[in-house]
Amino acid sequence: MQKKNALMAWIDDRLPVTVTYEKHMSKYYAPKNLNFWYFFGVFSFLMLANQILTGVWLTMSYNPTAEGAFASVEYIMRDVEWGWLIRYLHSTGASFFFIAVYMHMFRGLLYGSYQKPRELIWIFGMLIYLMLMAEAFMGYVLPWGQMSYWGAQVIISLFGAIPVIGDDLVTWIRGDYLISGITLNRFFALHVIALPLVIVALVVLHILALHEVGSNNPDGVDIKKHKDEKGRPLDGIPFHPFYTVHDIMGVVVFLAVFCFVVFFWPEGGGFFLEHANFEEANGLKTPEHIAPVWYFGAFYTILRAIPNKLGGVVAMGAAIAILFVLPWLDRSPVKSWRYKGWITKVSIVVFAIAFVILTWLGTQPATATYTLIGQICSVIYFAFFILMPWYTRFEKTKPVPERVTV
Amino acid sequence: MKQLRMFLLALIPSLGMAAGGNVHLDDMKPDMRDKASLQRGAKNFFNYCMGCHSLKFGRYNRVARDLEIPEDLMINNLIFADKKAGALMSIGMKPEDAKVWFGAAPPDLTLVSRVRGEDWLYTYLRSFYEDPKRPLGYNNTVFPNVGMPHVLADLQGRQLFGRGQVPIGIDPLTGQEVTEEREGVLYVAEKGKLTTKEYDGFVYDLVNFLVYMGEPMQVERQSIGLWALLFLALFFVPAYMLNREFWKEIH
Repeated sequence: MQKKNALMAWIDDRLPVTVTYEKHMSKYYAPKNLNFWYFFGVFSFLMLANQILTGVWLTMSYNPTAEGAFASVEYIMRDVEWGWLIRYLHSTGASFFFIAVYMHMFRGLLYGSYQKPRELIWIFGMLIYLMLMAEAFMGYVLPWGQMSYWGAQVIISLFGAIPVIGDDLVTWIRGDYLISGITLNRFFALHVIALPLVIVALVVLHILALHEVGSNNPDGVDIKKHKDEKGRPLDGIPFHPFYTVHDIMGVVVFLAVFCFVVFFWPEGGGFFLEHANFEEANGLKTPEHIAPVWYFGAFYTILRAIPNKLGGVVAMGAAIAILFVLPWLDRSPVKSWRYKGWITKVSIVVFAIAFVILTWLGTQPATATYTLIGQICSVIYFAFFILMPWYTRFEKTKPVPERVTV
Repeated sequence: MKQLRMFLLALIPSLGMAAGGNVHLDDMKPDMRDKASLQRGAKNFFNYCMGCHSLKFGRYNRVARDLEIPEDLMINNLIFADKKAGALMSIGMKPEDAKVWFGAAPPDLTLVSRVRGEDWLYTYLRSFYEDPKRPLGYNNTVFPNVGMPHVLADLQGRQLFGRGQVPIGIDPLTGQEVTEEREGVLYVAEKGKLTTKEYDGFVYDLVNFLVYMGEPMQVERQSIGLWALLFLALFFVPAYMLNREFWKEIH
């Protein structure tokens, strides 16, 4: 014991291990009333770890060339020992990463976690989300199936809508006059090196910023207002061990759902692995229905809701961009929807339903009825944010309790 | 030359994807544990399909191992080309030649069950009919103007499309098949080597084998999945109790 302490002291004199551990784990005080919704941060982190680990092993057998990519994925599925499991963990992991991230973001919306003083946490989170979309898009190109190819064709061509520089920009992104092995190579480089580095760095910033101001909670009350004589928040409990044991329990349940899909439903009904992507990329044969993977569905529907290409691209960009300024759109004096007025409550529920419908529509062929529903839901999507400064300021809020409610 | 051009023009529609919009598909339930069916399906595939269609992402000995076919039996009877047991199941036909002969190169079928689905395959292979307007004399209700001829015609018999007798059920008293004349149906005008029921069984085995080929580890995947879920269920107990123990003091 004595020896161990001496060793720790020696290290601590040279590297702040104990201080860091205490700051972020054993003396990081989190509100004691965190509920179900607060699991999704750790689930996102778990999926990030899953993607990185399985990704490393996939890279060992994957062949990033237009000639060999598709066959190498099947080689992984058939000839590589446990390759199928690693591949399904990765492909299912992508979808579960987005499920966790969407739930995590929705939690922020419910309890006003983006409000002052947590604006930077939200911004970093949004940057992670943006990078994650790029990461997922490029990863989807790598198996070099029909949907990889034509999905990339559609998404990259969107940049062509930009006036003047559009066409040159598209060529520059592709590195070729059409989607080719050159595009595949650069997407591989970005997918396995550049973007993961950026995402990990942003996750570090996201958590550092969170631990600086402390976690929000379902009541949206500031637990630092009431402290004991030692300066510990009365409504706070150390992250370790209380939330570590709590999270382990949640992780087991999450992994059970995850494993159920990996082992029994890896295609996810064609939503996690699209049927057309089991056919090798063929630049001469356009699939009759090009659909993005489900997690891009909402933004794809917003894109299609506007009949004009440039207009659609602008709308899609705006739909993502508006999320960044959310902390400044919410003018409510209270954080949590528990104490906001009925307009906010109704708006959040309607918004959530509209988002789910938009997501689903994005995976379906565009019929007249679907397009109309998509347009209505797009209007709801934007109205929710654009009208927020008014309804949050003028609606009658309930008094927020001094201490958290359990 | 002109004839050749006409021939090629006639094939153009078959180049497009024909995933079949609103065609009714018959239900087919694959059974990966029915080794006998899978073995028959493999035999059928090697005998009838492999002249044109490869399974180039799979290996002979993997099929032998998974389907419990003795490897020497496989080498002597099912590997027609001069190939090693561990070789990929590719074929000698060159895609550029095949394209000239059929209008479109016959696709590799390793993953076809994951692209089309078993119901589509099961219905497609039973929906060829004679059509003198087509270059090779055959058409298909599931995949209109398909480039592929009816390779299994000698088994199924001469199937036509139009007004004909179709089976509608079994007479409960006599046990005989009852038929009815209907318009716009597929019907067998001249019996082949197999009865309708036998032919359906033949196609079932073939599609069953293709479903296996699409994902050869699916039985293993599910059995490992059960262990994984069982482990998580057991692990949940101490995780839950540990959490309860720590949180007892939090009010």
